[in-house]
Amino acid sequence: MFSFRKCSLKLALVCSGALMLPLASSAVAESAGYYGVGETPTEEQIAAWDIDIRPDGTGLPEGSGSVDEGMAVYETYCASCHGAFGEGMGRYPKLSGGEGTLAEDRPEKTVGSYWPYASTLWDYIHRAMPFFAPQSLTDDQVYAVTAYVLNLNYIVDGDFVANKETLPKVEMPNSGNFVWEDPRPDVENERCMSDCKDEVNVADSSEGKNLTPRTTGPLDEGLVE
Amino acid sequence: MFGKLRRLSLDVPKTALEESQKLPSSERRHFLRNGLFTAGGAMVGGAFAGLAPGALAKTQYPPENPSWTLSLGPGVVADPYGMPSPFEKEVIRRNVPWLTADKVSSISFTPLQHLKGIITPNGLFFERHHAGRPEVDPQQHRLMIHGLVDRPIILSMEDLQRLPSVSQINFIECPANGGMEWRGAQLNSLQFLHGMVSCAEWTGVRLSTLLQEVGMKPEGKWVLAEGADGAAMTRSIPMEKALDDVIVAYAQNGEALRREQGYPIRLVVPGWEGNTHVKWLRRLEVGDKPWMQREETSKYTDLLGDGTARGFTWVMEAKSVITSPCPEMPLKEKGVYQIEGLAWSGKGKVKAVDVSVDGGMNWQQAQLREPVLSKSLTRFVLEWKWDGNPALLQSRVIDETGYVQPTLGQLREARGTNSIYHKNAIQTWKVNADGSVVNVQLS
Repeated sequence: MFSFRKCSLKLALVCSGALMLPLASSAVAESAGYYGVGETPTEEQIAAWDIDIRPDGTGLPEGSGSVDEGMAVYETYCASCHGAFGEGMGRYPKLSGGEGTLAEDRPEKTVGSYWPYASTLWDYIHRAMPFFAPQSLTDDQVYAVTAYVLNLNYIVDGDFVANKETLPKVEMPNSGNFVWEDPRPDVENERCMSDCKDEVNVADSSEGKNLTPRTTGPLDEGLVE
Repeated sequence: MFGKLRRLSLDVPKTALEESQKLPSSERRHFLRNGLFTAGGAMVGGAFAGLAPGALAKTQYPPENPSWTLSLGPGVVADPYGMPSPFEKEVIRRNVPWLTADKVSSISFTPLQHLKGIITPNGLFFERHHAGRPEVDPQQHRLMIHGLVDRPIILSMEDLQRLPSVSQINFIECPANGGMEWRGAQLNSLQFLHGMVSCAEWTGVRLSTLLQEVGMKPEGKWVLAEGADGAAMTRSIPMEKALDDVIVAYAQNGEALRREQGYPIRLVVPGWEGNTHVKWLRRLEVGDKPWMQREETSKYTDLLGDGTARGFTWVMEAKSVITSPCPEMPLKEKGVYQIEGLAWSGKGKVKAVDVSVDGGMNWQQAQLREPVLSKSLTRFVLEWKWDGNPALLQSRVIDETGYVQPTLGQLREARGTNSIYHKNAIQTWKVNADGSVVNVQLS
């Protein structure tokens, strides 16, 4: 009995403390470092993880790579998925071609036909490629393979050397075709409740298309014919 | 949920008991312990696979007394981390093998047809990985915040848990949910057509708290979020959103995030496309311009019919779908049914949902089931008496901004058929006279 009372007294104290906290924190939380958590990173720590590149070239490191050097890197690390000339393999992405197809029935969105910024190519190859060993290429190799993929798309000549000065100057052919402000809502449906249309017709059905994997039983591992 | 498996489930334990009674008592104990009372799933396929079909035919419902009433079950902590009944083993995430080159950069879909309420169980939350699911050690994982800030920091996961936290229920939807259907009806399944949306209660630290702690410089207008996976996934988030309702979440439905959802931490960007909710978050950088990363230029931009494209289309506009009936949940016979479904909006709360059973000619307002929360899934219900004739079922959500869910025809007219992303059109299910349900598109 005695110990129980002691315990509840303790609880009451903890409780009143907890009640006071939000008031105190909301009053001072505006100032930087209020909570004082964490460590201050060293410049070396920041530099090692700060790998992003912007279209204006911010973030690009020293180093360089030519189209020719890039061909060797590409054939070793990239061609097995993306094809010898960037034509893609199976469902692995196509990197080249597709110019003039964007408004067609089957558009091909490649580096040449679609990507708006050359910096993105360096950034992405460096952070995520090759697929099976991300961040394993040297900066020179990344510059080289970037130059090679641009050349596969006829965006740079065969004597192009990519470095932090030349790459931000590369103009991507499709860069002017993006709108970077969301215009939605771009459709306006009406909330009609009765007699909303003249007729109802089924235009297409999934029945008999045989594209749906199994929805019961074990996972469907195979390709559907 | 229980239909198909019922017979098997009710038969086996009793047969097991009878079978065990033929054994000497020591062996019988062993038999019961290892066969009946451990892994139910293994038992069904294993020990009793050879029994005569007649032995399995006996029922355990009235007037029979089921074996589980006449015996003891396993004790506590038989499953220290509890799992669903083995009879629910078909309720799983599934993938479309032909959709992606491999499973490492791929998608799995939530079985919406089996779920109740608005919360997606953690094991069934849809997955989207770009370089597989990393196994991150929380002791070693760090979040670095730097860039245009006064006081860059590196936080351990313990540091993060010392900061004030919030909990909020939000859906996450991949903007490619239903993206295979712009040109026509392909897949016949609720799970594969709409299962890239899930909803959970997320707990974590507001991004605004973290940004205040590091002291943003006034020129800071954007935040880059980066993951620690092999894709080092990145997205640029404008500061207005970052300071509004974004959180760095470490918990999902009361427990630590699942590995598939970014363990130990992920970004939750309420109402915005799933790709922005960067998983395995390791870095936040404040900058004055967007970074134009691969995931916001080459991918997650919407190609229009005229060959131009839209970028930064972050918001998931309002959408709804009927989850019962659906292709996986056909009707059995004519009579009274509860048409149920889910509705959500990236711009706030669901205001109303209308249901049509005649392909959009006439509509009735459905009931919204509480809770109705902002940027969360909302469940709706409408009672319907099916007369056994073919029917065309549709649902249409109206959100608190007054936006009315569009038809596929309206979206195609505005955007063409190549945009892949953000297809939030009204779904039509055709109910055939035999009760089967088919995904169709109306002209």
